[in-house]
Amino acid sequence: MAGKPKLHYTNGRGKMESIRWLLAAAGVEFEEEFIETKEDLEKLRNDGSLLFQQVPMVEIDGMKMVQTRAILSYIAAKYNLYGKDLKERAWIDMYVEGTTDLMGMIMYLPFQPADTKEKNLALIIERVTTRYFPVYEKALKDHGHDYLVGNKLSWADIHLLEAILMAEECKPDILSAFPLLQAFKGRTSNIPTIKKFLQPGSQRKPPADEKFVAIVRKIFNI
Amino acid sequence: MSGKPKLYYFNGRGRMESIRWLLAAAGVEFEECFLETKDDLTKLRKDGSLLFQQVPMVEIDGMKMVQSRAIGNYIAMKYNLYGKDLKERALIDMYVEAVIDLNELLMTHPFQPADKKEQHFATIVDKATNRYFPVYEKVLKDHGQDFLVGNQFSRADVQLLETLLMAEECKPDILAKFPLLQSFKARISNIPTVKKFLQPGSQRKPPLQEKDVPKLMKIFH
Repeated sequence: MAGKPKLHYTNGRGKMESIRWLLAAAGVEFEEEFIETKEDLEKLRNDGSLLFQQVPMVEIDGMKMVQTRAILSYIAAKYNLYGKDLKERAWIDMYVEGTTDLMGMIMYLPFQPADTKEKNLALIIERVTTRYFPVYEKALKDHGHDYLVGNKLSWADIHLLEAILMAEECKPDILSAFPLLQAFKGRTSNIPTIKKFLQPGSQRKPPADEKFVAIVRKIFNI
Repeated sequence: MSGKPKLYYFNGRGRMESIRWLLAAAGVEFEECFLETKDDLTKLRKDGSLLFQQVPMVEIDGMKMVQSRAIGNYIAMKYNLYGKDLKERALIDMYVEAVIDLNELLMTHPFQPADKKEQHFATIVDKATNRYFPVYEKVLKDHGQDFLVGNQFSRADVQLLETLLMAEECKPDILAKFPLLQSFKARISNIPTVKKFLQPGSQRKPPLQEKDVPKLMKIFH
């Protein structure tokens, strides 16, 4: 028994990427088993390994955890990335839910019909720059700290960095109106564990390309 | 300042209902402010009351909390409905997240276009009876206890009951193959705070009627 968490998912970002980020930022080594075909998924299902027949699934501390948020909450709490008390957790949760919504929009973009892509991308950019980023910019401005909550690195910061980088992939200058987020990005990217994760050869996955979309469609019947 | 939590949403279930259930089950009295028109929503947005311009929003303990999961987490922790340690929390989270997925299907049913409704209904029944309910039936069978996690009443029990009742509204005999879920339903419904919430005149909201859909679309679109 390795003791390292083991991630079961396709070889791409999807809903598992935030989990990879969090483990990496916490300095936790993990293994991955990739689902490449429909048969791989069926095998996991037939094994009884997937509580609700779905991935992500992470083997961790003797559990076969499913449900992305459950997994993320567990990791955050275990590795002290969930604030020091109930109120800090409340803020972390609110911020993370915002970045989850934001990244969710971007994640589904490659799966939208081709003729709606342009419109959807425009909506994403609008939401990111008018609904989401202003909130985090203001949070940093109001308290002047390096981190979003409690003057200490938390899940909220890691998730925000992931979201910022994903948004920049959509539109490279998307941070132009957000100087504090730019500084936040620079600072947080330099944290040793995160810096390592951002280097080539890490377990970070690239954005979905057409080939990946086709594989996912086949495996999950969508 | 009454000290009671104050809920901001439209006068219906939506994403606020699970929060109402949780507060009620915890025996916490709460007030509600209903959005009736688009102007009501706009006003809240302009006030700066909505962190991401969205409801649900709950004023609680000096915070204007948004994001239904964040609110649910806070309430569950505060009122000891979140298990006794990290591992129990993990189980509760897994069970609750799945219930939220099923709720999402149930919740979006009235908004389906007419030509998709029948298929959507079939999906709901299929997922409920083949993917979700068997899991909870097995959990109860395996440990033989009254509650889902840690032999203690938790948020997982509250949210599961809410969903069982909503699923029955969809299809009255949907629990036919799940005897333990049937007895679970009866047992949890009899917990005094829950029983009170299930009585007429409580703050529990009725299912969305088709006639209410246009009004809702107006507020949120």
